Amino acid sequence: MTSSLGSAASLAARAGGIVVRQVRSAIDPSARPAGGGRTASGWLAVTVNREPADVDTAQLPAPLAEFGDRIEVQVRPAPGGKGAELAARLRDRPSKGTVLSRLNGSDPQADLRSALRRAKQLIEVGEVLAVDPAPHGKRTATPGGALLEAWTKKAPKAGVR
Amino acid sequence: MKAITWRGVNEVGVEDVAEPKILNDHDIILQVGLSVTCGSDLHLLGGYIPAMRAGDVLGHEFMGTVAEVGRGVTKHRVGDRVVVVSFIGCGQCWYCQQGLWSLCDNGNPNPGMTEALWGQSIGGCFGYSHALGGYAGSHAPYIRVPHADNGAFTIPDGVSDERALFASDAAPTGWTGADQAGVQAGDVVAVWGAGGVGQMAARKAMLMGAERVVVIDRFDNRLAQVRTHIGAETLDYEEVDVPAELREMTGGRGPDVCIEAVGMEAHHPGPQYLYDQVKQQMRLQTDRPTAVREAIYACRKGGTVFTLGVFAGVVDKFPLGAVMNKALTLRGAQQHGHRYVPEILDLMSRDEVRTEHLATHVMSLDDGPKGYRMFKEKEDGCVRAVFRPGA
Repeated sequence: MTSSLGSAASLAARAGGIVVRQVRSAIDPSARPAGGGRTASGWLAVTVNREPADVDTAQLPAPLAEFGDRIEVQVRPAPGGKGAELAARLRDRPSKGTVLSRLNGSDPQADLRSALRRAKQLIEVGEVLAVDPAPHGKRTATPGGALLEAWTKKAPKAGVR
Repeated sequence: MKAITWRGVNEVGVEDVAEPKILNDHDIILQVGLSVTCGSDLHLLGGYIPAMRAGDVLGHEFMGTVAEVGRGVTKHRVGDRVVVVSFIGCGQCWYCQQGLWSLCDNGNPNPGMTEALWGQSIGGCFGYSHALGGYAGSHAPYIRVPHADNGAFTIPDGVSDERALFASDAAPTGWTGADQAGVQAGDVVAVWGAGGVGQMAARKAMLMGAERVVVIDRFDNRLAQVRTHIGAETLDYEEVDVPAELREMTGGRGPDVCIEAVGMEAHHPGPQYLYDQVKQQMRLQTDRPTAVREAIYACRKGGTVFTLGVFAGVVDKFPLGAVMNKALTLRGAQQHGHRYVPEILDLMSRDEVRTEHLATHVMSLDDGPKGYRMFKEKEDGCVRAVFRPGA
């Protein structure tokens, strides 16, 4: 009986520890183990369906060129003929923000994430696809609608990268 | 202009919206001829895909006449009669060039939402929530079609509007399922769901040389359509034990390929239906995977299960043990229609694919709420409610 109680207490303590670690890591990025949805190096990357030689870091598309000296850029071949991996990171290496801030597009890398996506479109397609203004009916004011509208505005900058 | 809109959970409206404009060089503006309800719209209406805003225009399966072209459009002219694929593909990214068009890297202007949900963003889709781009839908007199050289296909003379309409989504989705599941000559193929997509998956499996194709549903009129218009066998799951019947039909092996064309609101006569309903309504799971579970259970060892019905997120009691121990191949996809529509239109022009029977109820845009109610409740044998904006 004592042994069983001890085992149960040990299990409970371990489970409690796991819960505490999960909660801490969700609210405090410094408590998250390496690799928790972000890279230590700070590089964001997209794969462009072009030969690496066709992606000229001296002639970057406007969305990336606008960053000027604030970013570093790399291009390397993607394995298996999948094109060129175009990577960029901010030189001042700010905090990468929380998972939540990356998902709602409010982290310090949000603008760079969006710029990389637009640069990829410009290289591959020649234009950035627009959606607004899209025809719609009356936007009834609801809490859910307001939340979705806010996220929709941020979604082009948001992501897991 | 008038359009059918999503007003809230289980609430469809008809209201005035602005006319669409060309926003990109590769756009066309299409005057919509016909636009049809799809089973996947019911997931939007039911609130199971919580990325709709009041006022969003519904509809993603449509055909019509080109009314205006962007300066980068080369394949279409004003006046062309075209059918448009529901998904928007740029044609230039690696995924489009592999024929995996629904996975287009550049088709969804809101990639953050689906990246959060699935780890990667997929392409955009007309009228299918802000998670898939926020594009206005087709239940309206006019719609903007981006990347029109890729997604709009000229309809051959002799193919009626009512037939060509289903080359937009139902047929290419069915083609995607059968083709990507790798149906082989001599296979036995089981298809769960006798709606438009299930019927088209069955038709494609037959064209690929499947020896027996069995479609499973519970609605007599849909099963009758399968037998009459598709030529496949049927099972009524409220009348028989489906896995047992399939075992008997296949000498105890089970079907070589099982295609699930039901999606996240599956019905089942057994207690698991109640279990899944409770968990879905309490938001403890996003989808009811009843038909997928049965397909996995029924499939022969080493066979393939293809999830063609729409699923949004996570499910409970998923039989991973059967997948692993029976060495199953499990695949899924939205439609890669751009690669299949030319073949489908050619077959339609030769009467080898017929779809008019799916359009059981044709009505005006004003009848939008009624059409969706009839479609959802299967009133009057409604298989698909079709809207004709010009009516």
